[in-house]
Amino acid sequence: MTFKAAIDIMPLEAILDPQGKAVTGSMKNLGLSEISNVRIGKHITLTIDAASQNEAKEKVEKACKELLCNQIMESFTYELTEL
Amino acid sequence: MKFGVVTFPGSNCDEDMVYVLGTLLNQKVERLWHKDTDLKGVDVVVLPGGFSYGDYLRSGAIARFSPIMEKVIEHCNKGGYAIGVCNGFQILCESGLLPGTLLHNNNQKFICKNVYIKPESKSAAITASLDKNKGYKIPIAHGEGRYFASKEVLEELNANDQILFRYCNENGEIDPSYNPNGAEQNIAGVTNKTKNVFGMMPHPERASDEELGNIDGKAMFESIIAQLN
Repeated sequence: MTFKAAIDIMPLEAILDPQGKAVTGSMKNLGLSEISNVRIGKHITLTIDAASQNEAKEKVEKACKELLCNQIMESFTYELTEL
Repeated sequence: MKFGVVTFPGSNCDEDMVYVLGTLLNQKVERLWHKDTDLKGVDVVVLPGGFSYGDYLRSGAIARFSPIMEKVIEHCNKGGYAIGVCNGFQILCESGLLPGTLLHNNNQKFICKNVYIKPESKSAAITASLDKNKGYKIPIAHGEGRYFASKEVLEELNANDQILFRYCNENGEIDPSYNPNGAEQNIAGVTNKTKNVFGMMPHPERASDEELGNIDGKAMFESIIAQLN
């Protein structure tokens, strides 16, 4: 079976995201002062060959915890779909 | 004493490090390649600055999986010494050899300038011989140098004498206004619990040759050599 994972990695809420802060400032310049708290993360997609949904899940989590996401400063969420 | 300077694809301070340790300080220096799987008997591994693997994903995140890093981790876990400067510090944090991580500077800019740092740890070889009441002038050159760790980890670092350097002014006074990147508690460098792994954002190898008009950084390498001999 082949699965596709769509992973979102975001800076932890407690951590200042200077990129997001700068973009929030630009929203005001654009006349969109209603928009606040922009936070910028990463979106990663990948495909996995696995015997089951559970096995695919385990592999995505290993990839996230050990390489894609540094849990000291980021958190991750993902969606898994069978192709 | 034998030092081993590792070159990753994208390292750019490796030659400076080899020059300072080998030519200025007369130490034996082995050049190590990221694909090597043997540390060639070095006593101190040096991870130099640069942009290993283009800083893809996160600074240091991919270098951590280089073949040589498996040996570096083994070496450090057995009590062997390692020092990481700038990108080398980021790699040591990503490898889990040092606590915490380095975030984008709080002003979102790449900062390249001289700063002052005050040595703190009395028990780490890199700071043991330094004057603890002085600000050492050392250049920084980084976009991701904002040291961050959880409150609990910061408490532990302070309690265990693991803070190597804090950003200060030329008189050694520590204040948030002398913090160039927003690092927690002005932290510029830390060591691990067992004090055999050192990481710092400022570049002592760029302040070691008299020709450059500043040798404050040389004292840090001399401290390591004096303490380990």
